[in-house]
Amino acid sequence: MTTAQATATTFECVVCGAPIELGDDTLQGELIDCGDCGTELEVVSTQPFLIQEAPQEAEDWGQ
Amino acid sequence: MSREVRVAIAGGSGYTGGELLRLLLFHPHVQVQQITSERFAGKPVTKVHPNLRKLTPLKFDKIGDLQPCDLLFLCLPHGETANRWDDFVRLAPKVIDLSADFRLNDAAAYRHAYKKHHPRPDLLQRFVYGIPELHRDEIRDADYVASAGCNATATILGLYPLYRAGVVDPERTVVEVKVGSSEAGNRANEGSHHPERSNCLRSFSPTGHRHVAEITQELSFGSKIQVHFSATAVDMVRGALATSHVFLNQGLEEKDVWKIYREHYAAEPFVRIVKERDGIYRYPEPKLLAGTNFCDVGFERDPASDRVVVISAIDNLMKGSAGQAVQALNLMCGFEERTALEFPGLHPV
Repeated sequence: MTTAQATATTFECVVCGAPIELGDDTLQGELIDCGDCGTELEVVSTQPFLIQEAPQEAEDWGQ
Repeated sequence: MSREVRVAIAGGSGYTGGELLRLLLFHPHVQVQQITSERFAGKPVTKVHPNLRKLTPLKFDKIGDLQPCDLLFLCLPHGETANRWDDFVRLAPKVIDLSADFRLNDAAAYRHAYKKHHPRPDLLQRFVYGIPELHRDEIRDADYVASAGCNATATILGLYPLYRAGVVDPERTVVEVKVGSSEAGNRANEGSHHPERSNCLRSFSPTGHRHVAEITQELSFGSKIQVHFSATAVDMVRGALATSHVFLNQGLEEKDVWKIYREHYAAEPFVRIVKERDGIYRYPEPKLLAGTNFCDVGFERDPASDRVVVISAIDNLMKGSAGQAVQALNLMCGFEERTALEFPGLHPV
């Protein structure tokens, strides 16, 4: 799973590289949707900020 | 040009003519002065375009009765624009041609694609190819614009960022386009008879499609390219979906491909990057675009190879034809580019 260092206010989506802004009140464990690729991201740490893809639920999409 | 642009549509009883009229009737700075049809001259346009009932009192005129106007749309069968150009050019200082006659800027390429000599090769360089995302500034200054083919538009908008960035093998692209039946126009033939056409997946152009010439022209950037193209008619009325297989010529991660597309299209009013991890509509879907001027573009990098599958969707009568032409009008006349083109489509549909 990919992770990325982030500043207190902005980071890059680990999947598509889109810039995403975080508020100062962001909590550890918070889930954020990337506005570009729709990936659900999890803030795994706030000191320092560390972002990774949130665990995926079972796939429910087909033909 | 004044804020009230007087336009006329030559060849207005076809699907593209009707779509143009639908858009222009709601354009705040356009007055549709005349629309022509030889077959339906004297009849209300609503006889042919019933969705416009109670929206316009216009009747079809004959093409020979066209009066001067500010901008003339030509929606005639391929070949007619070029053959009658001297008549048309006297009618309006600005012309948008929706046929294939002036899309190619090279007479030899035209001859190769259309198997005949161009009747007016002297004019080829005077037309600007009508995809605003590629030629916005030229269209703004143009007197004559050649609207692009629908399959070509879907394919080019899908591939343009990758070709422009030079990150794909230029001689190894394979494109499969699936299109709705309206692309063939409103003239019936034996193959369009409902019991024959319904439920078909008809491979009508496995090779040799004429739009390849446009695609090659717009994606070449000075180097030789080869795009292999097939088209299949599917059981939809509107819509085109291009699935393009390209091969990276350098090591790029999916995030890098994202950045290339974002760089080219983030500011575009009518191109959306559609590639989502979950939800029902994860990639471009033509049915959601019916009646809209959007081109949705998505992609997937094959993790097992250097292949990238690019998926691009449009409404063939809108972004692939009349919508693109109105977008060009807006640029040529100094109007906000989205004017009269803001319908977002329907869901569910």
